[in-house]
Amino acid sequence: MSNIPDTLLYTSSHEWVEVLSDGTARIGITDHAQELLGDMVYVEVPEVGDEVKSGEECAVVESVKAASDVYSPISGVVVAVNETLAENPGLVNGDPYSDGWIMRIKIADQGELEELFDAESYQDVIDEEDH
Amino acid sequence: MSTLIFEQSRPNRIAVAQMASAVEVKGIPAALRRTTRPLLPQVSEMQVVRHYTRLSQKNFSIDTQFYPLGSCTMKYNPRVCNSVALQPGFAGRHPYAPDTSGQGLLASMYDLQELLKEVTGMKGVSLTPAAGAQGEFAGVAMIRAYHDSRNDTARSEIIVPDAAHGTNPATAIMCGYKVKEIPTKDCGDIDIDALKAAVGPQTAGIMLTNPSTVGVFERNIKEIAKIVHDAGGLLYYDGANLNAILGKVRPGDMGFDVIHMNLHKTFSTPHGGGGPGAGPVGVSGRLLPFLPIPMVTKEGDKFRWLTEKDRPESIGRLSAFTGNIGVLIRAYVYARLLGREGMERVAEYATLNANYMAAELQKAGFELAYPERRATHEFIVTLKKEAKELNATAMDFAKRLLDYGFHAPTTYFPLMVPECLLIEPTETESKDVLDGFVAAMAKIKAEAQQDSSLLKGAPYTLPSRRLDDVRAARELDLTWKAGNVVS
Repeated sequence: MSNIPDTLLYTSSHEWVEVLSDGTARIGITDHAQELLGDMVYVEVPEVGDEVKSGEECAVVESVKAASDVYSPISGVVVAVNETLAENPGLVNGDPYSDGWIMRIKIADQGELEELFDAESYQDVIDEEDH
Repeated sequence: MSTLIFEQSRPNRIAVAQMASAVEVKGIPAALRRTTRPLLPQVSEMQVVRHYTRLSQKNFSIDTQFYPLGSCTMKYNPRVCNSVALQPGFAGRHPYAPDTSGQGLLASMYDLQELLKEVTGMKGVSLTPAAGAQGEFAGVAMIRAYHDSRNDTARSEIIVPDAAHGTNPATAIMCGYKVKEIPTKDCGDIDIDALKAAVGPQTAGIMLTNPSTVGVFERNIKEIAKIVHDAGGLLYYDGANLNAILGKVRPGDMGFDVIHMNLHKTFSTPHGGGGPGAGPVGVSGRLLPFLPIPMVTKEGDKFRWLTEKDRPESIGRLSAFTGNIGVLIRAYVYARLLGREGMERVAEYATLNANYMAAELQKAGFELAYPERRATHEFIVTLKKEAKELNATAMDFAKRLLDYGFHAPTTYFPLMVPECLLIEPTETESKDVLDGFVAAMAKIKAEAQQDSSLLKGAPYTLPSRRLDDVRAARELDLTWKAGNVVS
C-alpha cells in the first residue's frame, strides 16, 4: 500500500500539493508514482521565477525505467526549487512527501485547488488504475 | 571482468599493421607533426585476435539465442542481403561518380522506391533519410511545408496519442510544434472523444504508430483519419511496427498522408547497435512536391538522381549524399527475395507467432495486458500479480530468462502497463523455440513461488551477474585514463 497523507491534495497524474500558510504551495510526486517509476537517477527541476500552468509539464523525473514529465497541479510562479535533488535524486524515492519535494510556487488562483483530489479520492484513482 | 586491450599493452610490442610506413610522408609542416606516440595499445596480432574473439563470444545475440525484442531491435536478416550489398560495384562506388557509371545502382534504387510505394500504398517515396529519426523529421517537415505552401501558418500543434512511439513527440518539438497528448482507452484504441476535443484550427497533424506500442491494431483508424482531415490536419504514420502489416494492410489505404519506414527493422538490416539505418519516407499526392532529395527518376531506359533544380519545393537534403546505400541495397534484395506473397507471409507468421505465444503464456497462468484483443506482431504480459504476490518483478523474470538461454523481451515499456514485458517473437522462429520460451517463463514462476530470492540474484550463468543499473546511471563514469597503462 502506498502512503497517502491526509494533509495533502493530489492529481490523477500522481503529483501532490501542500498548501502553506503564506500563499505558496509545495509540490512533488506521490509515493505511488515513485513506486511505479522505481529508483530515480535524475530530476530536472524548474528555475525560480518560471511561470508554471496547471496541467502543463514543470519538471522531469528520470528513473532506471523511464523519463517522465511532472505536471504542475496548479498555476503560479516558482519561488523555490529543491536543489538537493541534483545530487541526491533518491530522495524522491525515500521521502517523496518531505525531503523529496520538487518545487514551491506562489499560487496564482486559489480556485484551482478545488479541482484537486483529497487523500480518499486519490486512493480511488489508484484503485481504479489497479483494477 | 576481462582486461581492456589497453591494459594488455606493453612497450614496443607491436604488430605489422603498426610498424612505421616504408614510404616517407612529405609535405606535412613540422609544426603539425606529432612528437609523441599516439596512445594506442601496444599488443601483438595474436593478442588482438584473442581479445576480440573472446569479447565476441560474450555476445548474447540472435545468431546464438532467441531474441524476443523482435523487429524493434533485431529480427533475422538473411545473409544473402548482406553479401549483395558488399559487392564492390555497390560498396566501392564513389558518391560523386557520375550517374552514367552507376546505372545498376540507380536502377535498384528506383525499383526499391516503386516497391515501397506499392507495399505502403503511398504516391511517392524518397529513400534518402539515413535513420528512423531523420525519416520522422523529414515527414513532419513536409507537413509544415504543406501548410506553409497554403499560407495556413497558424497550425501549431501535433497530436500524439500516449501509445505512440516515444520518438514522435520529440520529432514534433524538433519541427517547432507543440505536442498535444491524447489518451488511449483500456482496450488499446485511441479515445475518440479526446481526439475530437483536441482537434481544431491549431492542429497541424497527428502522429500515429499503427499497430501501436501496446501491440494492437487501431480499429478506428478510418474515423480518426476523417476527424483529423476534417480539421485540416494531416496524418503521420510511424513505421516502427510495419512488420505486423507488411503486404496485408497499407498505410496509404488507411488515410495516412506521410509515413516513414525503418528499413533497418523490417527490411533486413540489424537495428540494435546504433546503425547505420535507413528511414525512407512515403507521401500521399498532396505532399509529393515536398519529398526530400535526392530521389531517382527514370527517363526512357536511363536513371538519374533528381536535384533541387527538378524539385524546387522539396524540403531539401538530409545529408551530403544519398542516404545509406548499403542498407537500401539490403532492403531491395530482401524485398525481391520475398516477393508479394513472401511479404504477406512475414506479417502472417509474425502475427501468428505472437498470438500463439500470448495464448500459451495465458494458459501457463500469465496475465495479458489486453486479453480481449488479438495481438499484432507483439503482445504485452503484465507481471503485476507476480510482483505483488511473489515479489518477482518483470526485471527479475527478464534476468532469469537469460539463464535459460533466452534474451529478455522489452521490459517496462510501454510505461502505461505496470510490470510489463513486451514480447515480439518475429516471423522466423519455430514453434519449438516459442514453446521453449513459454516453458522457461512457467519454470521461473514456479521458482518464484518456491523462493523469489533465487530470481533476485539472476543471471547466474553469464559473464556478468546482475548489473547495478541505478549506480550506473547515477555515477556515470565511462572514462578510461591512460595513466593505468603498465609502461
